[in-house]
Amino acid sequence: MRETIHQLEVLRYDPETDTAPHFQTYAVTCQEDWVVLDAINYVKENLDRTLSYRWSCHMAVCGSCGMVVNGEPVLSCHAFVRDYPEKIRVEPLANFPIERDLVVAIDDFVEKLTSVKPYIISAEERPVESGENLQSPEQLAVFKQYADCINCLLCYSACPQYALNDSFIGPAALALAHRYNLDSRDEGRSARADVVASNPGIWECSFVGACSEVCPKDVDPAAAIQQTKIASTVDYFMRFLMPWRKQ
Amino acid sequence: METLTSDVAIVGAGGAGLRAAIALAESNPGLRIALISKVYPMRSHTVAAEGGAAGVIKDNDSFDNHFNDTVAGGDWLCDQDAVEFFIHEAPKELTRIEHWGCPWSRQADGHVAVRPFGGMKVERTWYAADKTGFHLLHTLFQTTLKYPSIKRYDEYFSTDIVAVDDACQGVVALEMRTGQLRFFRAKAVIIATGGAGRIFPFTTNGAIKTGDGMAMAYRIGVPLKDMEFVQYHPTGLPGTGILITEGSRGEGGILVNKDGYRYLQDYDLGPPDPWPRKKAMELGPRDRLSQAFWHEQQKGRTIKTDYGDVVHLDLRHLGEAKINERLPMVRELSKSYVGIDPVDAPIPVRPVVHYTMGGIDTDINGATRVGGLFAAGECACVSINGANRLGSNSLTELLVFGARAGRAAAEYAAAGGGAAVSEALVTEQAEAAENRVLALFRRTNGIEDIAALRRELTATMEAGAGIYRSEGSLQEACAKMAEIRQRYASIELRDKSNVFNTDLTEALELKSMIDVASALAVSAYHRTESRGSHQRLDYTDRDDEKFLKHSLATYAAQGEPRIDYCDVVITRSKPGDRVYGGKQE
Ligand SMILES: Cc1cc2nc3c(=O)[nH]c(=O)nc-3n(C[C@H](O)[C@H](O)[C@H](O)COP(=O)(O)OP(=O)(O)OC[C@H]3O[C@@H](n4cnc5c(N)ncnc54)[C@H](O)[C@@H]3O)c2cc1C
Ligand code: SF4
Ligand code: FES
Repeated sequence: MRETIHQLEVLRYDPETDTAPHFQTYAVTCQEDWVVLDAINYVKENLDRTLSYRWSCHMAVCGSCGMVVNGEPVLSCHAFVRDYPEKIRVEPLANFPIERDLVVAIDDFVEKLTSVKPYIISAEERPVESGENLQSPEQLAVFKQYADCINCLLCYSACPQYALNDSFIGPAALALAHRYNLDSRDEGRSARADVVASNPGIWECSFVGACSEVCPKDVDPAAAIQQTKIASTVDYFMRFLMPWRKQ
Repeated sequence: METLTSDVAIVGAGGAGLRAAIALAESNPGLRIALISKVYPMRSHTVAAEGGAAGVIKDNDSFDNHFNDTVAGGDWLCDQDAVEFFIHEAPKELTRIEHWGCPWSRQADGHVAVRPFGGMKVERTWYAADKTGFHLLHTLFQTTLKYPSIKRYDEYFSTDIVAVDDACQGVVALEMRTGQLRFFRAKAVIIATGGAGRIFPFTTNGAIKTGDGMAMAYRIGVPLKDMEFVQYHPTGLPGTGILITEGSRGEGGILVNKDGYRYLQDYDLGPPDPWPRKKAMELGPRDRLSQAFWHEQQKGRTIKTDYGDVVHLDLRHLGEAKINERLPMVRELSKSYVGIDPVDAPIPVRPVVHYTMGGIDTDINGATRVGGLFAAGECACVSINGANRLGSNSLTELLVFGARAGRAAAEYAAAGGGAAVSEALVTEQAEAAENRVLALFRRTNGIEDIAALRRELTATMEAGAGIYRSEGSLQEACAKMAEIRQRYASIELRDKSNVFNTDLTEALELKSMIDVASALAVSAYHRTESRGSHQRLDYTDRDDEKFLKHSLATYAAQGEPRIDYCDVVITRSKPGDRVYGGKQE
């Protein structure tokens, strides 16, 4: 198998000993089918036990291994070394505080996700004995794409609005709120509206679509935000025009 | 060390841990629940499951079918009372998670769709495209956000269970962000830490599947049951071990050797046509398929690659539209990681370590022999899987037994937990656990390297306890494991930071791997028969007289574990022959 030598420039930061982040370079001989994560694992196993980063599945589904590689947020287990030049610069996801090296603190996202009530809300809980809800393949297709979000947070790293204003709920959490709003089994749209529609961020989102471009799962959060905005505008006017309408 | 008090602590936030948490919160909203996980819940390896979850729902199916498939598939080593409970609960649990929003794939009429799976007589596997585990995990995780009584401790690495007088008192865990150890005091503890596939070098299991919970329970005296049974999945991608789901064969994919021949017909699984056909050929059980690969390899009929021998999984005849609709992830994974588009070419595959049938010895409620200590999911051995798990039974198992263990723990905690024990002893134990971690953290002058030792461990397991085993290979594995255990005492961390120190967590994981691998090798050595996934070249037959029994490996501080046996619960299916292919009719 073909091998190439890459200079891996990795951002290092240990809050216990460093006053500021800095780069450390490792020369790594990579096989042509390696992903960037393989190169980082090589460093950890053979060159430097002190490097910290997150990974688990190595198959682009657990969402742990998001990093910024040569300026682009990617899943490092799905970014092939062969697609990069000799120098590969690896940084933690942007727009989150660095906890250590390539590990960022994602508490803010988890709080926001919780705030949009990402679960089925229905007036009454049906007993299991009543059987499954019917949902046609068409009804499933309406929300399915938004349910594919793996919470990798590449979209937050790419989002210019979140970079400016961290009260913005952000692409993935909005996509997931939208996913439940669109689900034929759900009745929680008005319960979510308080957080979603009133979030100043969604009105300021400039639709550059950076989130959808970097999304590894084709969730298209930008479309979710756009549709949310339209739906919320309609809700807003309906409230004045038809106050008797069920929310 | 700070003490955090709750009523029930759950270690592990994969499918089993999350389901247990919801069951606890629902059955008693007054309980304080601590949900501890070394990764954020949505990173848990349940996320990787592709194919689906089995449960009887269609009119052409019956509980008897699911019972018989499971028991025969497990080569009669399943406890039949547990299987009985499991198959009846299965559709209820799958429906419940449907109500919670799981995006199950649907038929045109809006009912959930099912697909065939290996070893199942009727199609009964519910699926969400080929991302079933992902959707199941995220649905459960998102649903837990409804319950204020579930307090999460994400990225807390649990190191030890604290038990006094055979009664569980809580767990000790490391907050990874700060390096601080905490004592999670609880009336009951549920271990839901998943499997241990990482003790082998070539596996579908993510980096986190190092058997920590099994090792923690084992070290306080709970036996590990049936550890010799390890499932090889027949279709992993060479190099990475990424799984190509059995769903691809359920949809009609075929396996061929280097001559383009559907070799499974030579191993009591044929005839090849008509196809697809349940419980035949490519839809035979996993143990048989992986063993057939081994024989083909011996005969020189496999295909050589840089990453070892392979056979071909051919999906081309399904056509692009069906592949896109039913198997989008398979197509994507194959294109990305081996550069092959299954629409145009067959996918190279080889058997890969996938699932640990054995685990923490529990009863049908998930209770262990230590009071207040429960286990559920892949880390537990109830046992519904016996000597070979049927694909798509384990996602269902997470739900059924996660819920059951949750309810049992809720009852135990609500009744006040176990009898009062000496507080001094509890503190002493918790501090001893803390000090072990600190000693490892501070140790200097170590000569052993963590990564190198781990490589030796995994190589040992592959060489000694792989698809086929023998007295010699297992003896060697046991001896080597004893040596690795000795050498572990002189590892030294290179990373001395308190913050997100993965040198430390990998060292702790290596300890778990050593404990679990030793139990596995010794259990396999003592089982001198062939059954299900445990195949001995020197004892090729099943021996019901001696070994229709569960093995129990009990930890010994020095030397090898003690191996005992206990009876299998047989209610209505007497051990018989496992029949697949044309012979079924
Ligand atoms: C690639 C793949 C595909 C599969 N496909 C299918 C399928 O189609 N159908 C099917 O039925 N089964 C399938 N399986 C099997 C099934 O997915 C697993 O058995 C199941 O998901 C295990 O779930 P779990 O909840 O027991 O553990 P996991 O999901 O592995 O979760 C374990 C949890 O424990 C935590 N944990 C572990 N150690 C510690 C510690 N020391 N401290 C704190 N927390 C800890 C982890 O953080 C994690 O949250 C598949 C398995 C794999 C690997
Ligand atoms: S929307 Fe896409 S990029 Fe954003 S978290 Fe989800 S999967 Fe990742
Ligand atoms: S390691 Fe799981 S997404 Fe990359």
